[in-house]
Amino acid sequence: MVYATNLYYTEEHEWIALNEDQTIAKIGITDFAQEQLGDVVYIGLPEVDDKFSKGESIAEVESVKSVSDIFSPLPGKIMKVNDVLEEQPELLNNAPFETWLVEVELEDGADVSHLLTADAYQTLVEQEG
Amino acid sequence: MKEKTTALYEEHLALGGKMVPFAEYLLPINYQGTTLVQEHLAVREQAGLFDVSHMGTLDISGEDALDNLNYLLTNDFSNMTIGQVRYSLMLNNQGGILDDFVVFKWSETHYQIIVNAANRLKDYKWLKENAFGNCKVKDLSEGTAILALQGPNSTAILEKLVEKKMLPTGYYRFIADVPLEEATVTISQTGYTGEMGYELYCEPEEVVTVWRALLEQGKDLGLVPCGLGARDTLRLEAGMPLYGHELSEEITPFEAGLKFAVKMTKPDFIGKGALESKLDPHRLRRGLKVLGKGLIREDMAVHAADMEVGYTTSGTFSPSLGYGIGMALLNRDYAKIGTELIVNVRGRHLPVEVVSATFYKQGK
Repeated sequence: MVYATNLYYTEEHEWIALNEDQTIAKIGITDFAQEQLGDVVYIGLPEVDDKFSKGESIAEVESVKSVSDIFSPLPGKIMKVNDVLEEQPELLNNAPFETWLVEVELEDGADVSHLLTADAYQTLVEQEG
Repeated sequence: MKEKTTALYEEHLALGGKMVPFAEYLLPINYQGTTLVQEHLAVREQAGLFDVSHMGTLDISGEDALDNLNYLLTNDFSNMTIGQVRYSLMLNNQGGILDDFVVFKWSETHYQIIVNAANRLKDYKWLKENAFGNCKVKDLSEGTAILALQGPNSTAILEKLVEKKMLPTGYYRFIADVPLEEATVTISQTGYTGEMGYELYCEPEEVVTVWRALLEQGKDLGLVPCGLGARDTLRLEAGMPLYGHELSEEITPFEAGLKFAVKMTKPDFIGKGALESKLDPHRLRRGLKVLGKGLIREDMAVHAADMEVGYTTSGTFSPSLGYGIGMALLNRDYAKIGTELIVNVRGRHLPVEVVSATFYKQGK
């Protein structure tokens, strides 16, 4: 299992890449998440400008085995969605940490303190695994 | 509830099988190093090996065995020859489906049926309760291990291990007491994937030998161990109805499209009377092809305009076809092949087309 140290994580097995002033977040799913899902065959993405509060379903990932919601880890507005995934959903299996789902412009003053560090996330995965 | 394990449990672990609870057993969903899709395609293109020891084996013997089968089950067994296998259903008094299974004819007075794991105790009880005359019903499930070897290379693999003349001569035929390494197996040409394939039956004490020999000899013919995941996508592509999905006590054989296994010309069988009034069903089992992106799953409402016209019974991604497929029970006015309908997928409206349930045919 790989844990990129420059990223933040959630207990729902998402990774978050924050820009320097913590106003923009790229969101993806972790290696552990893709492993649990199995072969990903379809990803339902939101529209640009859609607004989400923390904990709302932002996207859905369908694998042969199951379907999983991706929950917005932070409140904000969708700036970009990764259209490449429409044609190549398997990228989520092949390179989970390089394959972002959405880029979110965070709400002013969005609280990022609940995000996990790589170490904390690794501990969580080891407990679950 | 603590899950049971099959005699191959340690083998599954050694191969990195991801074990999940299924029908009271712990079985692999797929193996380390192969994804569900890869295992599926291996069966379509080369060969796959499945542990299906969780299925039940019921033994029916005695002078009145044939009369019992003809009364307790829907198919006609009168003209079966020894070494033949026949698909059948067992119904309740209301004509609902108790189970579907295959029946092996061992001798004029001895038959065995291989039943769905989840229905084993129910089937056993029903047969015992309804059996008459000189007919003994035994549950041999604990003493029987079963492997499914499926795929275009399955014959070539078996021929490396057993004499050619010891292989079944055709579809739905079997040969007993076949020596395979140090084990003795029964081999039937049956299966659930839509591919050329075999099922092998032996004592649990011998199954590790058989499993290892097949994997070893099959390696250069592309054989891989396969889990429950591939089993489900393969059977769905092949349009095989599955108990608990397309078949249940609330569904009649005619709705399920299994008329061929119900011989209404027989003088009598359990459920026949109830079926007389249900010959012309209002709903039918059909295949659904997803037209957009996305997948359908079981128990989703199917709509035509604003009206609900049925529900899905199974759904998945078809690795061979590259799009979502499923099966549904549809109001017959909307069951015509080519009809476009909508499936409600968690609030999203996914367009589908009604197609034949057989999505995949061998070699196509």
